[in-house]
Amino acid sequence: MIEQNLILILVLLPFLGAILAATLPVNAHNAAAWVSGLSLGAGLLLLAVLYPRIAEDEVVRGVVRWLPILSLNLNFRMDGFAWLFTGLVLSIGVLVVIYARYYLSKTDPVPRFYSFLMAFTGAMIGMLLSGNILMLVVFWELTSILSFLLIGYWHQSQAARDGARMALIVTAGGGVALTVAMIVLGQIVGGYDLDLVLRSGEIIRAHPLYPVVLGLFLLGAFTKSAQFPFHFWLPGAMAAPTPVSAYLHSATMVKMGVFLLIRFQPALGGTELWFYTVTGTGVITLTVGAMIALFRHDLKGLLAYSTISHLGLITALAGMSSTGAIVAAIFHICNHAVFKASLFMAAGIIDHETGTRDLRRLSGLMKAMPITGALAIVASAAMAGVPLLNGFLSKEMFFAEAVGWHNGTWLDSALPWIATFASIFSVAYSLRFIMQVFFGPEATDLPKAPHEPPPWMRRPVEFLVLTCLAVGILPALTLEPVLNIAGRSVLGPDLPEIHIAIWHGFNTPLIMSIIAMTAGIVLYFAFARRIDAGPEGPPILWRIRAQKIYEWLLLRLSWAWPRFLHKLFGTERLQPQLRLMMLIGLVAAMIAVWGGLTVAEKPLTNDLSPAFAIMWLVGGACAIGAAWQAKYHRFAALVLLGGAGLVTCVTFAWFSAPDLAVTQLVVEIVTTVLLLLGLRWLPKRREEIPGDELLSARIRRLRDLGIATVGGLGLAGLAYVVMTRPLVPNIGDWFLRNAYYEGGGTNTVNVILVDFRAFDTFGEITVLAIVGLTVYALLRRFRPGAESIALPEQQQGDTADRLGNYMLVPATIMRWMFPVTLVIAAYLFFRGHDLPGGGFSAGVTVAIGLLLQYIAANVRWIEARIVILPIRWMGFGLLIAAATGIGAWLFGYPFLTAHARYVDVPLVGKVPMATAMAFDLGVFLAVVGATVLLLIAIAHQSLRSARLRELEEEKTPEKSAQKEAV
Amino acid sequence: MELVLSAAIGVLSGSGIWLILRPRTFQVITGLCLLSYAVNIFIFAMGRLTVGKPPIMPKGGFVNTANYADPLPQALVLTAIVISFATTALFLVVMIASKGLTGTDHVDGSEPTK
Repeated sequence: MIEQNLILILVLLPFLGAILAATLPVNAHNAAAWVSGLSLGAGLLLLAVLYPRIAEDEVVRGVVRWLPILSLNLNFRMDGFAWLFTGLVLSIGVLVVIYARYYLSKTDPVPRFYSFLMAFTGAMIGMLLSGNILMLVVFWELTSILSFLLIGYWHQSQAARDGARMALIVTAGGGVALTVAMIVLGQIVGGYDLDLVLRSGEIIRAHPLYPVVLGLFLLGAFTKSAQFPFHFWLPGAMAAPTPVSAYLHSATMVKMGVFLLIRFQPALGGTELWFYTVTGTGVITLTVGAMIALFRHDLKGLLAYSTISHLGLITALAGMSSTGAIVAAIFHICNHAVFKASLFMAAGIIDHETGTRDLRRLSGLMKAMPITGALAIVASAAMAGVPLLNGFLSKEMFFAEAVGWHNGTWLDSALPWIATFASIFSVAYSLRFIMQVFFGPEATDLPKAPHEPPPWMRRPVEFLVLTCLAVGILPALTLEPVLNIAGRSVLGPDLPEIHIAIWHGFNTPLIMSIIAMTAGIVLYFAFARRIDAGPEGPPILWRIRAQKIYEWLLLRLSWAWPRFLHKLFGTERLQPQLRLMMLIGLVAAMIAVWGGLTVAEKPLTNDLSPAFAIMWLVGGACAIGAAWQAKYHRFAALVLLGGAGLVTCVTFAWFSAPDLAVTQLVVEIVTTVLLLLGLRWLPKRREEIPGDELLSARIRRLRDLGIATVGGLGLAGLAYVVMTRPLVPNIGDWFLRNAYYEGGGTNTVNVILVDFRAFDTFGEITVLAIVGLTVYALLRRFRPGAESIALPEQQQGDTADRLGNYMLVPATIMRWMFPVTLVIAAYLFFRGHDLPGGGFSAGVTVAIGLLLQYIAANVRWIEARIVILPIRWMGFGLLIAAATGIGAWLFGYPFLTAHARYVDVPLVGKVPMATAMAFDLGVFLAVVGATVLLLIAIAHQSLRSARLRELEEEKTPEKSAQKEAV
Repeated sequence: MELVLSAAIGVLSGSGIWLILRPRTFQVITGLCLLSYAVNIFIFAMGRLTVGKPPIMPKGGFVNTANYADPLPQALVLTAIVISFATTALFLVVMIASKGLTGTDHVDGSEPTK
């Protein structure tokens, strides 16, 4: 139990550190470094506590149940391999934090740096310890995003932004492939548990989908580990601050791919396909990386390609899947992390103290910085594979496997040769790094006068170099026990004990090493000058740049091709889009019900009432009439639309839905008046639109008529078939039974809205408020069309006077109606919980009251008297509704839990007082606010056009005066 | 009754679909209103048609659910009415603003060029 919690803490610690670091002030250099360093250090302590269990080959687990139905739990497991890797990540993390404290300049915002770094570490550890392959992918993608943020830390620089984006596109793209691979893998083995997947190797390899899974899986691993041809993002990522490079490209990010290869080797490996793709890609990357590294003039560029090359070596080993090769791969992961981190840090120190990273400018630094020089020399010797250093040991193991392991393929026979060839370059570039930076004449034209860095900036490098030496000289005392545990956790408990010795006798691997060493030295000294003068790549090959291909492809994929496709298939016209939508809807509906749509044998029907039939005869005629007249006779169409709406309203009342009838009625009134107000701003349509009677237009209308007929028939058929079948018992019964007991109201529909499903209603009034605000914002800058500015003829001259007289009686009535409307609204509101009504219909009723005043008087009159501040009403409405919901929390209930009781009010009698009532009050206020806001915004436009009219009139006399003067 | 109502749904939705495929904004907004009537009645009808049994409960006692109309579609349609009101209002304003900006009431913001 304790171990379980320890593992969870281990994963959470870096994230906690990230949150803490993010809250620190911008210039809190020391505090941020301490927080980060301590949280990583605590992680190391936890690892130490767990070691005894790990040493006994146990797997420590920590599980938090999350979504058991989808077999997705927060499931962490730690075995020897994960332990070793986590230790590596944490310890290099601590060193990077110390180093970064001195590397970052005073002006860099530190909280961002450390919080990203910590979160990245957390994601990395989460990935390493995931016991569920889906969760592994989540952490995997998290590292992609965080590495993007880290690489782009100096986002002022174009190179940093480009590098970060490239890294993200390549690695996250691979992550998508990996996700698919993991899902398919889970389907094949029947679960997403890592242990289950690792146990089911035989099932997976025999499955027909194995090549697909393998391909996608390798795509994920190769992109992350910068394997050829996806290697190009890694040099681009060198625009990151050096601590980030030292971390990402030694122990963490790029090692994830090879971690995955080794981790899944028991499940996916061992086949010829695996060998060819993994080892094949590995050796290509090994060779190409080493060759290019020799030619790079940028210090970090050289190290980046060297990293690629070493990752290729590890990948090649993972592909061979002999026990020795896997152990060698794990060993080299550790060794490479140690010497590469120290080299990156050394490169950062050189950059920091001299102001340049150009190998051609740097020279003779040994005098100015002897200690850093000595450290870098030892580290690069480890990189070159010089005896008595850790790099030598794992490289010898690689050579031994290349020579000693056989599966009879041509690639296998070629391996020793390729290994030696690549090693020659590896020796040469290590030598170039040392010779050009530290030896030769002292450079005179450096941007800064070089000197040793602050001692604590060098401590991490010193520690790492010491580790190189310790492991290189005393392997059996340092890394050997852990390596055996890790090896057993991957390859099974019966792995024979492995001994790492410095001296194996004078054997083939040693001869290979000697050849590589000699040839490398010769190669460097023979070509040093020409390399300096030449381009940044091997002869001929430098012209082919993977990055160029990537950029070309990206441009095509994200810009040229989409635009071309859009030109070909896309349209900005609404009609074809809607038509397509309708057709797709029709086809989808047809596919869904095809063959299953039959009328029940004994259709259940209500007896036909002639009145109902006649009513719908009118309603249908109204609908068709509206459709027919909407183009040239908008007003008529609007009246007909209202007719159809009224019939709909009566239908609701007829079939036992009084609430719907009330709401439909009030909404109908508001909609019609709003549309009427809107008509004023549409163009006059007295003469025919040109081209309306052409054949093509007729054909278009006929085609749409066809679509409409099919759609209408389909919906009618569907409705009939369903309506005549018996009702399936559903949740509605539950609502009926519990409306009174649980919701304290007898009107079930209202109780559903304000109690059972109050959260939906809350969303709904929010939508209404958003619409109100949008309308307000849209109309604030509204300019009416030129033809709409003039006063309509009904408001001019005699007609206006006459109309004013006609309107006197109705206007007076309407004004008197206002208080009555308010009483109706209050009535609807208070009875809502028990009888038809409620906050919504009450709100709209108040709005109707105001609406009538707009019709009775003019806009100026009403705007001078209006007391409703719609935006405040809306805001308070939403707040009250939310507060009612939050109130439930105080009593320990979930959001929006209602409480109901009846209260005796003198004279009135028993009144239902539910908290739902307060919620309904919120609904009421929000609805009044939103509707009135709509109304004011639209009605106010007539004032605006009046202003415009005045402006026009002011201008015109001026113009005529000017003409006269001329 | 069922036959009449399904025919009504058909007519309303047919007119609605035809209108939303038209080129003038007012036609589309009218079509949207008609279509929302059709869809609201359709959803409502999924609770089957019951006459004279509104879902208003007695205060306490045993509840025989067969004596009441299904409240669920009603609650859904109530929400749908509100939302269709909101969308109609929004559309109306976009329609007015688009006319003011482009000088035409064509849905594409410009008269067809032919």
